[in-house]
Amino acid sequence: MNFTLHIWRQKKSDATGDFVTYNIDHIDEDTSFLEMLDQLNEQLIDKGEDCIVFDYDCREGICGACSLVINGYPHGEKKATTTCQLYMRDYKTQSELWIEPWRANTFPVIKDLTVDRSSFDSIIQSGGYVSVQTGSAPDANSLLVDKVSADEAFNSATCIGCGACVAVCPNASASLFVAAKVTHLSLMPQGKIEEQDRAQRMTDQMETEGFGSCSNHRHCESVCPKGISVSNITKMNKILI
Amino acid sequence: MLESFEPIGPLEDKWKKHLFDLALIAPQNRKKHKVIVIGTGLAGASLCATLGEAGYKVSSFCFQDSPRRAHSIAAQGGINANKNYKNDGDSTWRLFYDTIKGGDFRARESNVYRLAELSSNIIDQAVAQGVPFAREYSGYLANRSFGGTQVSRTFYARGQTGQQLLLGAYQAHSRQIEEGSVTHHSRSEMLELIMVEGRARGVVVRDLVSGEISAHVADCIVLCTGGYSNAFYLSTNAKGCNTSATWRAYKKGAFFANPSFTQIHPTCVPPTGENQSKLTLMSESLRNDGRIWAPKNVEDCEKNPIDIAEEDRDYFLERMYPAFANLVPRDVASRAVKHICDEGYGVGSKVHGQRLGVYLDFTDIINKLGLDAVAEKYGNLFEMYESITGEDPYKTPMKIYPAPHYTMGGLWVDYNLMTTVEGLFAGGEANFSDHGANRLGASALMQGLADGYFVLPQTVANYLARNSFDKVEEDHPEVEKSLDSVKARIEQLMHAPDPKHSPEYFHQKLGGILWEACGMSRESGTLERAIKEIETLEAKFWNNIKVTGDDKDLNQTLERAGRVADFIELGKLMCQDALMREESCGAHARVEHLAEGGEAKRDDDNFSFVAAWQYNEEQPELHKEQLHFEFIKPTVRNYK
Repeated sequence: MNFTLHIWRQKKSDATGDFVTYNIDHIDEDTSFLEMLDQLNEQLIDKGEDCIVFDYDCREGICGACSLVINGYPHGEKKATTTCQLYMRDYKTQSELWIEPWRANTFPVIKDLTVDRSSFDSIIQSGGYVSVQTGSAPDANSLLVDKVSADEAFNSATCIGCGACVAVCPNASASLFVAAKVTHLSLMPQGKIEEQDRAQRMTDQMETEGFGSCSNHRHCESVCPKGISVSNITKMNKILI
Repeated sequence: MLESFEPIGPLEDKWKKHLFDLALIAPQNRKKHKVIVIGTGLAGASLCATLGEAGYKVSSFCFQDSPRRAHSIAAQGGINANKNYKNDGDSTWRLFYDTIKGGDFRARESNVYRLAELSSNIIDQAVAQGVPFAREYSGYLANRSFGGTQVSRTFYARGQTGQQLLLGAYQAHSRQIEEGSVTHHSRSEMLELIMVEGRARGVVVRDLVSGEISAHVADCIVLCTGGYSNAFYLSTNAKGCNTSATWRAYKKGAFFANPSFTQIHPTCVPPTGENQSKLTLMSESLRNDGRIWAPKNVEDCEKNPIDIAEEDRDYFLERMYPAFANLVPRDVASRAVKHICDEGYGVGSKVHGQRLGVYLDFTDIINKLGLDAVAEKYGNLFEMYESITGEDPYKTPMKIYPAPHYTMGGLWVDYNLMTTVEGLFAGGEANFSDHGANRLGASALMQGLADGYFVLPQTVANYLARNSFDKVEEDHPEVEKSLDSVKARIEQLMHAPDPKHSPEYFHQKLGGILWEACGMSRESGTLERAIKEIETLEAKFWNNIKVTGDDKDLNQTLERAGRVADFIELGKLMCQDALMREESCGAHARVEHLAEGGEAKRDDDNFSFVAAWQYNEEQPELHKEQLHFEFIKPTVRNYK
C-alpha cells in the first residue's frame, strides 16, 4: 500500500505550523498506523531531518497517550478505538491522509502532533478522588456494592484521559471527561459522600482551565475510544443541581 | 558483603517486629524532609500519595505526559490477595508458599511473606478509593483463579485491573499535588544520580519539552521506574519503558540483582512482520477457559483451524501436564509453545521463515456457558485481539506466541527496599525483591502497591529519622559534576563520529541477540557469542548513532538513543548473569541443565543465591546473597 501523507509540522507552541506532504510506499496492511509513522521517521533520520513528534506509549489502547486527528476524526474514523489500535488495513480504500494534532486552546501544541494535556491532570487534582488516607480502610467486603452499579461505575472509570472528546467538541468542552470521573465515583458508596463537592470543584476547574461547556452536540461519545456515554453528563448535571 | 537486614524470629512476626523497630518522625518535622520519587506507576504513585499524606515534601517525576499513563496501566488480569473470601483454603501462608514456589526458590522468604501479609490490605485500600472491582450479584467482591494457582484469590476489574488500580493511585497522588505536599514533573526523564559523601542526594533530569538539564536535590531518592523487558526490543512493555534510571544507579554503585531473570509470557499476539514495534499481551486469565492446541500434522498448519478435525488437534499442554493442563506456570507454557513451533507445528504467517503461533480456542467454553457469559468475562480482550489481527476470536481460535513481559531482576534491595547505595531505594518492578526466578500471575500489581503504600513509606521514614542531612547547595561540586556528565553524554549522542544508523536500528539488533541467547533457553556457547556481539554493537553504536534534530527541543530520537545505549550495556550484563547461572531455574532453562523429559533442573547446592552485580569499568563483580530456607523446604517443581 502507498500513501500520500499531509502531516502537521510545528516547531514549537508559539510558532506557526503547516501541513507538510510526505509519500510513503510499500506499507503492509498488518502494519499499525503508528508503525507506519515510525517507518516514515526512519526515512527522515536517513535523510538527516528532524523526526515528526507524536505521543504514544503502550500501543495497546489503554495508556491514552496517542492523539492524532486523522482525516478530521480524532483517533480516525473507526469507532471506539485509539490511534495506536488502527491498522493500515483500515485505510485500504484511501491513499491520502491528513494527520493533525488535537485542536483545542486548552491543549496547546508542543511540537508537531504533540499537545499539552496537563489541564486534564489539573481537573483530577481539583477533586477527582475519594478523600481516603492510606491505611485507614476497613475490610473490603464490609462495603457491599451492587453488581449493576459496580459494572456501570466501571464503564465510566474506563476513561483513558486521551482528550479526543475535547478535540472533537465545537466548544472544546471537557464535560465527558469530567462526567466520567464524577459518575464513576458517585455510583459507588465510597465516593457518594463527596459527590456534590467533587462535581462542583471539577467543573469549576474545567472552566478555569478554559474548556467550554456542553451544548449537547454529542460528538464526544462518538469518538470516545472507550465508548463512554453522554448519559454520564446527564448524571453529573443532576448531581450539580 | 550484602546485608539484607531481615528481622529474626518467627516468619509471621517479622514485619510486625520490624515496624516496631523502625524509627519514626514526628508529624511536625516531616515537612523538613524532601523525598524524590522517580516513576509514577503503581509503586511510585502510591508512594507519593502515602508520603504526601504523612506530611513529607515529595517531588515526583515521570517521562510520560501525565502520571496516569505509566505502564502499570496496561496490566490486565488481576491482583492477588490472601483474603480467602472463597473459603477454598487460602491463607497468608499459602500465598507466601505459592509465590516462593512459583519463583522456584530464588526469593527471600521474609520479603515474600511480608508481601503475602500486606496483600489483603491493598484490596481494602483500593476498594476504599473506589476502584470498581468485579462483584457478585450479592454485592461481594468476585474472585477468580489465575495463572497456575489452585485457589481463587485474584481480584479483578474486567480485563483492566492495572488501569483501575493505577487510576486509584494516580487520584490519591493527584490529591496530594492539590494539597501541596507533592510537586509533580511530567515529561521529565532522570539521567543521572547525584551522590554526595557516599549517599544518594539528588538526580539530574532532562525536561523532555525544552531539553533543559536541571539538578534536583533531596534527602533520599526512590526509583519506581519499572522493568527492562524492552531490552529485547519486541516485548509487551510500553514503548517508553526503559532501564535508564536503574542503570544510572547501577553505575553509581547500586548492585543489579539477577539481571537474567526475565519472564516470557506465553499468551501474546504473535508477530506478523518485521516492522512490528511491539507485541501485545492477551491476559493469562484467558488460559482459565481457553484450550491451547496445535495441529498434529504439519500439513494442517496452513489450514483454517475450523477445518482441522478434533482428532487432528494436539492439546499439547493437556497431554504433557494432565494435572495443571492449560494452567501450568508461564515458563512451562512458554517453553512448550516455543518447542511446538520450533518443531514446525506453528500456525499463522511466517516471520523469518517460521510460523510463530499456536491456537487458544474458546469453542468449548462458549458452548458450555454461552456467548454472553464469555463476553462478560473476556469481552474487551477479544475486542482488542480482533482490532489487532482482524480476526474474531468468538469464531476463529486466537493465535498466541510467547513474548518478554516482566523482569524479576532489578536493583538489589535489602528488607527495607534500600539499594546498596545509601539513601537510594527501589520499589515495584525496578527492584528484584519478591518474585525470585519467576513471577506468578497477578502478583506484580500486588508487589508494586505493597511497596508503595505500605513498605517504603515506613522504611523511608526510618532512614530519614536515623540520619542527618546537610543542605546540598546547587553549586556543590558533585551536582555540577553530574550535570556536566549528562551534558557530555548528550553531546556524544548528538554528534557521533560517523552518524549512520537510527536508535531503532541498534535496538532491533540488540533485541535479536538477546531473544536468541538470553530468552527462554540459554546455552553457554551462545551466551559467550552474544556477549562478544553486544560488545561489537556497543562500539558501533557510539561510532554510528545518528540523532537528527536539536537537543534543546522535544526530540524523541535523542530520548530513544540514550535509552538504547543503556539497554546495550544492560543486555551484556544479562548475558553475563545467564552464563554464570549454570542451572535451569524459574523462567529460564539452561540447555545443559535439563532433566530427562526436558524439565528444568535446579541446582540448589551451587546456585541458591541472589546474584548481585557491582559495576566496574573492566568487568562487573559478582556478589552472592545466599538464600536460606528456614521455613519451607525447596522442592522440585513438578506440574505433571
